[in-house]
Amino acid sequence: MFSGSQIVAELQGVGITHVVWLPDSTLGQWEEALSSATAIKLVRVCREGEAWAMAMGLYLGGARPLVMIQCTGLFDSGDSLRNALYDFGVPLFAVIGYRSFLNKAANDSARTFTEPNLKSWGLDYRLIDAPEKLPELGAHYAACRQAQRPGVVLIAEGKM
Amino acid sequence: MSRMSLVESLQVLHGLRQPDQVVLSTMAAAREWMKLGTHPLDFIYAPSAMGEAPALGLGMALARPDRQVIVLNGDGCMLMNLGNLVTITAAAPANLVLIVCDNSVYEVTGRQSTAAAEGARPPDRAVDFCRIARGCGFAAVYEFAKIEDWRVGAPQVLAAHGPAFVLLKVEPIPGGEVPRSPAPPVERARAFAEALQQPS
Repeated sequence: MFSGSQIVAELQGVGITHVVWLPDSTLGQWEEALSSATAIKLVRVCREGEAWAMAMGLYLGGARPLVMIQCTGLFDSGDSLRNALYDFGVPLFAVIGYRSFLNKAANDSARTFTEPNLKSWGLDYRLIDAPEKLPELGAHYAACRQAQRPGVVLIAEGKM
Repeated sequence: MSRMSLVESLQVLHGLRQPDQVVLSTMAAAREWMKLGTHPLDFIYAPSAMGEAPALGLGMALARPDRQVIVLNGDGCMLMNLGNLVTITAAAPANLVLIVCDNSVYEVTGRQSTAAAEGARPPDRAVDFCRIARGCGFAAVYEFAKIEDWRVGAPQVLAAHGPAFVLLKVEPIPGGEVPRSPAPPVERARAFAEALQQPS
C-alpha cells in the first residue's frame, strides 16, 4: 500500500528519531528506506517485547521512538507493553501490521484478535486501510504526543 | 563453586560509580542497590517486565551515547530474553555495561532453581553465560566469582569499550523479597527522564 519513502517522509515529518522494529512481509519492504533515512535510526530486535522496553529507554533519554511490529508481535508484547505504558506511564506509539485484514476470506486468528487486543490494553488506535489515509499516521502520532498518551496505527495487510 | 555476596559486589560498583553514570537495576540487585543510597541517575526497574531490563538499558544507551549505562540484571531475567544479547551487539553501544548477577535461583519467589542452575540439569550440560555472550558477539566479557577479583577487575570493566558483558557469581539471599518501587513509578520515570536529559 505504501512505499518505504512514503513511510519515512511521514515519520520524519513528526520527528521520529528511532524505529524499533521486527518486520513482517509488508513492513519489511520499508527496510531499505528506513535504514538509509538520515534522521531516523532503525533498531532491530529479536522479539517484540524487547521493542517496548527499548523504546521506553529511548523515550526517557529524550528520543522520539516508534515501535513497528506485526499484530502477532503485539500478542507477544503484553507484559513489556503493560509495564512501559501503564506502570511507568510512558506514552509510546506503535505502527502495527494488521495481518490478513484485507483478505476477508482468510481464516486467520491473528485478524480476529488484533482489535480486541488493542481495546483490552486501552490503546487509542487508527486503522489505515487505504492509500489516502496515510496522513492519519502522522496526525494520530502528533495528537497522542500532544496529549502524552500512547497510541497505535494499524496498517491493513493482505491483497487489496 | 565459589560465589560472592551480592551486597558486597554491589558495594564495589557503588564505590566506583561516577556521577554521570546511569545505573539501571532489577529484581534482587534493585532491592539491594536501593539500600546503598539514591541518585538521580538510578533507575530502579520495579515494577518490571521481567527480562526486559537489558532492552530498557539499551534504549537509554542509544538515546544518550555520552553517558555510560550500567544494567544490573539477574540470571533468571537474562534467561527470559537471551535474544536481547544479540539485539545489543547489533546496536553495539560502546557505553553499555550489562552485569548479570547470577545466583542460579529465582530468589524473590522463594529461591527455586532456574533451568540453568547446576542442580537442575544433567551434570554434563552446564550453561555458560559468558560463552553465550561471546557467541552473541560481545567482545568484552568478564566473569568474577570472588569479591577480591571483582574489586580488582571492576575498574577495568567500567573502562572497557562496550558493549560489555559481566557475570558475577553471587550467593542468593535467604528471604530476599520482590523489590518495591521506592516511589510512584510514573513520578520516578519523569524525574529520571529529566535527570537523564541533562547535559553530562
